[in-house]
This record gives sequence, C-alpha cells and structure tokens, in this order.
Amino acid sequence: MRRLELGHINIKDIQFGPESKIEDGVLYVDEEAVKAIVLEDEKIKSCKLDIARPGESVRITPVKDVIEPRVKVEGRGGVFPGVINKVDTVGEGKTYALKGMAVVTAGKIVGFQEGIIDMTGPGADYTPFSKLNNLVVVCEPVDGLKQHDYEPAVRFAGFRVAVYLGELARELTPDSTEVFETYGIMEGAEKLPGLPRVAYVQMLQSQGLLHDTYVYGVDAKKTLSTMMTPTEVMDGAIVSGNCVSACDKNPTYVHENNPVVHDLFAEHGKTLNFVAHILTNENVYLADKQRSSDWTAKLCRLLDLDGVVVSQEGFGNPDTDLIMNCKKIEAEGIKTVIITDEYAGRDGKSQSLADADAAADAVVTGGNANQVIVLPKLDKVIGTLDYVNTIAGGNEHSLHDDGTIEVEIQAITGATNETGFGYLSAR
Amino acid sequence: MIKVVHYINQFFANIGGEEMAHIPAELHKGEVMGPGLAFKASFKDEAEITATIVCGDSWFNENLEEAKKTILAWVKEENPDVFVAGPAFNAGRYGVACGTIAEAVQEELGIPAVTGMYEENPGADMFKNKVYTVPTKNSAAGMRAAVANMAPLALKLAKGEAIGASCQDNYMPNGVRVNFFEEKRGSRRAVDMLLKKLADKPFTTEYPMPAFDRVPPMPPVKDLSKATIALVTSGGIVPKGNPDHIESSNASHYGEYDITGVIDLTEDTYETAHGGYDPVYANEDADRVLPVDVLRDMEKEGVIGKLHNKFYTTVGNGTAVASAKAFSEEFAQKLIDDGVDAVILTST
Repeated sequence: MRRLELGHINIKDIQFGPESKIEDGVLYVDEEAVKAIVLEDEKIKSCKLDIARPGESVRITPVKDVIEPRVKVEGRGGVFPGVINKVDTVGEGKTYALKGMAVVTAGKIVGFQEGIIDMTGPGADYTPFSKLNNLVVVCEPVDGLKQHDYEPAVRFAGFRVAVYLGELARELTPDSTEVFETYGIMEGAEKLPGLPRVAYVQMLQSQGLLHDTYVYGVDAKKTLSTMMTPTEVMDGAIVSGNCVSACDKNPTYVHENNPVVHDLFAEHGKTLNFVAHILTNENVYLADKQRSSDWTAKLCRLLDLDGVVVSQEGFGNPDTDLIMNCKKIEAEGIKTVIITDEYAGRDGKSQSLADADAAADAVVTGGNANQVIVLPKLDKVIGTLDYVNTIAGGNEHSLHDDGTIEVEIQAITGATNETGFGYLSAR
Repeated sequence: MIKVVHYINQFFANIGGEEMAHIPAELHKGEVMGPGLAFKASFKDEAEITATIVCGDSWFNENLEEAKKTILAWVKEENPDVFVAGPAFNAGRYGVACGTIAEAVQEELGIPAVTGMYEENPGADMFKNKVYTVPTKNSAAGMRAAVANMAPLALKLAKGEAIGASCQDNYMPNGVRVNFFEEKRGSRRAVDMLLKKLADKPFTTEYPMPAFDRVPPMPPVKDLSKATIALVTSGGIVPKGNPDHIESSNASHYGEYDITGVIDLTEDTYETAHGGYDPVYANEDADRVLPVDVLRDMEKEGVIGKLHNKFYTTVGNGTAVASAKAFSEEFAQKLIDDGVDAVILTST
C-alpha cells in the first residue's frame, strides 16, 4: 500500500511584509526576496509583484500559469521532481499545500494564448482562480528574447517562487489533512474484490511549439503512454509548460489538484477500485497519435480495467487523439467516459468537436468556449491590456473605449477546463 | 396579463377522432378547451388563453396554404404574447401541423411559439430546430408532465426571458449549444456517469456525437505539368500587418491575396495571424507554412503547369466547423471559376 497525507495550510490573505512567513493564516511575502528568486534567471529583465484577492476590482492578464505552493515534509523526493527538485519518485509520505492561494505568472505575452482572470464581476464566475488569493508575478523579458526562450524562463520562475513559499509551511501544523491510499495491482484485487477496476487516462497537451507538458521534467511529446500512482500528481509530478487557449489548458494548479484523481479517490474502496493514473500525449503526427492511443488501450487491457475516465487538454487537433483513445479503449470492452469542451461557434450552432465516433457515447462537456462575454472595466489591471485584441478568443474590437472587453470565454483562464475542474457545461 | 393563443386538433377539442379529421379550422374566442384547461391551471394568474384554434389534422395537411393563411390571420388579430400548439404526443399529422403553424406564427408574426410532442413523432425531427419543442410521452397519458414543462417555457418566451440549455428548460436539443453552470463539477459528473455505465444503468451523455462529415479524396491529377495549382492554408499566413484582421482564434473570415510576381515569402512581407502555435518560425519564413518558393521552383522546372496567382488563408485555431465550411464553399467556387485544377491545403 502507498499512502500520502496531504495537509492543508489555509491561507486567508496575502500581504507584503519585511519577512516571508505564514502567521494565523496570513501569508506575508518579502517582496525583495521573491524578486531575487525570479531574477535568478538572466532572461528575465525585471519583475513586479502584486496581490489580487477574491472580490477585488482587479483583472490579471495575460496569465501564463497558476501554481499552488506545496512542500514535501516526509517521504521520498520533493515537489516538482525533475523540474525544481531532483528526480525521485514522489506520491508517498506527507505533503503540505497552501490552500486558498496561488502564484500566478503573468506578463508580456508569450504566444497568443495567455488568459484573463477577473477577481470580480461576470468573468470571475468563469475562472476557478477568482476564488483564490493570488500572488501575481509579472515578468518582463530581456530585449529580443524569442518566445520559446521566454516561456521556460517564466515557467521556472513560477515554480521557484511556489517552492519558496511552500517551504514557509514546513514546520506548521495543517488545518486539516486528507489521506490517500492506493494498492499494488494484486493487492488491490485482493483487498477490493468485486469492485469495478477503474483508471484515469489523462491526455497531456504535447503539440509542441509552446504547447508542452512535463512529467518528472520529461517533455511529454517524447514519451510513450505510461502510468503513475494517482498520488504522484499531488507532489507536482506533472507541470504545465503550455500556452494553449486559456480556457482549456491545464495550469500546474489543476495538475496538482487534478479533480478526476480526487473524485475517483472519493469512490475508491466504496464503489470502485482506482487502479492507476495513465498518462498519454497529444502529438501532432498521425503515427504518434496512433502509437500513443494503441499504447493507452494496451495499458488499459493489461490492467484488466472495467472502466476509465479520459480527460483532454486543448481542442481541435487533440480531438482526434481523444476519439482514437475512446474508440480503442471501448474496443477492448472497457467502459469509457470522456471529458472535453466545445467550439460550437458564437451562435452555438456548429459541430462542437473536430472528430466524432459512435463509441463516444458518454461525454462530459466543459461548455462552449466560443460563447461571448462582456467583461466590465475593472479598477485595476495587473499585467497589461495591450494583448487583449490578439489573445485567442479576442478580436480587433475586443477592447472597447470605455474599458469593457468583449471576448469569447476561451480567453478566460480555466473557463472550460477538460479535467472537469469547473462547473460550466452545455447542452 | 400575458395573452396566449392555443392550437389543438379535433380530437383534443372533443369533436371526434379520425372520422372528424376533415373539419376546417375554427376560432373559439375566449374559450379554453381540452388541454387548455391544464395550461390555464398551470399559468395561474400569470397568463390567460384568449382564444383556442381547433383544426382537423387532415384538413390542415391537405389545405396547407389556406390553413396557414386563415390561422395566421386569426392569431395576428388576437396578437398574443406567445403561441402554444399541442401537445401532439405521437399523433403524426397533428405533430406536423403543430410544428408548421408554430413556425409560421414565429416567422411571419414575430410571436414566440412552443409546441410539444413525442420524440419519434415525425414533426419533432422536422421542427425541433425551429420551434421550441418539449418532449412528451407517446400518449395523452403524459398530458400532466407535458403541460408542466410547456407552460413555464411558454411564460419565459412571452416575457422575453433568456432561454436556458435544453436540459434546464426542458425542450428537445435544437442544434444550439447553450452554456450553463452545473451543480456538480465536471470530474464528479464523469465519475457518476462512469459508475452508471459500469452498472449498465441508463445515463445521458452531455454531447451526443454528430454524424461526421467525411470527404472522399479526389482522383489524382493526371498531368501535373499542365495543372494550375493553388495554395490554401489554415495556418494563418497573411501579408505583413494582417490587413484584414483575421482573428488569432475562431476566425470570422478568410483572406484572398494576390501573389502575382511573388517568388518568396519573406520576414518583411508575410507573417502568421495564427494563435495556436509558436509563430517564430512561420514569421521568419512564411514559406514554411505556405510553400510559395518551392512551387515557384516547380513552376520554373515545369513540374507543375503554374501556381495560381491567388492564395486563400484563414486561421484554423478553434474556428467553428460551420465557419470553415462556409469559407471553403465560397472560395472553392472561386478556385473552380478560375480554372484551378488542384489545391495544396496546408495546416499547422
């Protein structure tokens, strides 16, 4: 049996102060210390820190990643293995997470696909991150830096800051603790006889050219489909390095708090046996798609599964991977539910996915990303509005003279998340 | 008070069954008849049925134009806030009549309409995408449930309130996807759906798969050396500055650009508008996405007849399939009219 205790350190507020510490649920941040951590990378010219709290009239844009600070206090390895801490298998022992807050990286746009987080108003309903106290790190690159160099610089800066803040919790006592237990293949079959054997198949964004995800530091597009113990993600085994549309990319926060993993654990030992967390990718070449979906179905078969939940990341090209996975797993006689989102056009009348198959008879949708929303002017912008017109989901008329923004919800970070992180749906 | 006009057939007006289906349309001003009584009870004080129109199913369908004209004139005169037809359950001609007249009232008089019928009623497939159609049981035994769903929808339509998703306001999916917030998050819904599927219990998918439009490939070009080849791309290559402002995602239009005399796309002259990939390499040399340079070489070497002097471009990033289809239908016609023999379509 493998066991992970996840301690929650509840953060009610973030404030700047002379010394970084957590006291009575308040995270105090030494601004200069954090800036120094960001500026360790010579590719970053300057950085600005800001705090956005739930309900404040604040808009954060362009948002790159959202990260929950965590610290490993017992057991092998450290958080973000192979990325910040050295490679070691994580997912066992004890980990503390700073709940109710996140580190948000933002700044000059990388590609076109950074997002918007509104802390109040109609936009706030669409992003799960409006409910958090956010420490925003706005990074400015050195002159002439190309996007593919700038993206990792900001990615790593976010992780370094998150690890620094997580360390502040090492000696604290958690406000509450969740316990997750998993079994080996034989052990689980003996302990939970008669329960359906279920796995989670997570498709990782790996289209390349700023659409990448890293597993223990390995670029997912260079991997074969593989599997992990479901607790490994809770220690940051998967991190985001991608700039796909903000609405349906998985920020690192979503990987750490993967909702399918959590909701399958909630049923583990009661109505099902949560056997494994299978990872597969979404490469652009047909041969890769065929190989990865073959391997996914093969792993499902080897594990003698009865059912799987498949989640997607991104849209369009990965729709084909989603349908291939679904078809091949169903063809093994394994019951499959897929989670996706839709691009049904602004009027909702278009076909929602780029691929379809009759085997995909059980679909959960995160909603139509093309739905248009008008975001009112907010008092403060962290980052810049310079890119709203070219962001995915925006157009040349998005930013109005009165400061309101008319965009598709695909521009809102997490709006139609395909791990089922949010509540939005469509019929 | 909201005004409602109600349409029913001869059977529900208690005139008779098939033997009375020939009776022409009748206007009963101020009368509430048959299922109208159930609607009246459901509307409470919010709405009243100011007139009931009764029509024989055969007469309606056999005298379609006259029936529509007569009934529309009456409805126009009554000027209700909403028009209710049926419910028709599994009565085929009644269902078609309900759909036909409801659509006509909506289109020609601008008055919102609602109907109800069994999902296998032929009227359902014909009209559910045009008129809000509430699914009912296949017989009048389902009257109570049918009215319980039709009446609130009728009131919402009369008040001009926003209509929610089909599962919220209880109408048949009508081809328009509507967003709403669920009570449980997506992952929990997926686990619940899987548990039902594993137990062989009924479950409802949130997105029924559409029939997929597959295009058979054309036969090969017989003689390339005589063929005019055009370039088309969804990779977003546009003249520098993106003069037509093609959006970085979910494009609303495409661009048509003349490349007469252009032998090479350079960093100074072309770029990509696409928001779905790292643009660095495409911006450095747009030929990487739209290979004008290579085709000019092939033109010179006589491998191809010639490169068409226009290229068509849009951004395929989250662009609605319906939009892509509309763009391509339009420029495919232009390509045919210009005598183009084959197209190289590049994507990213």
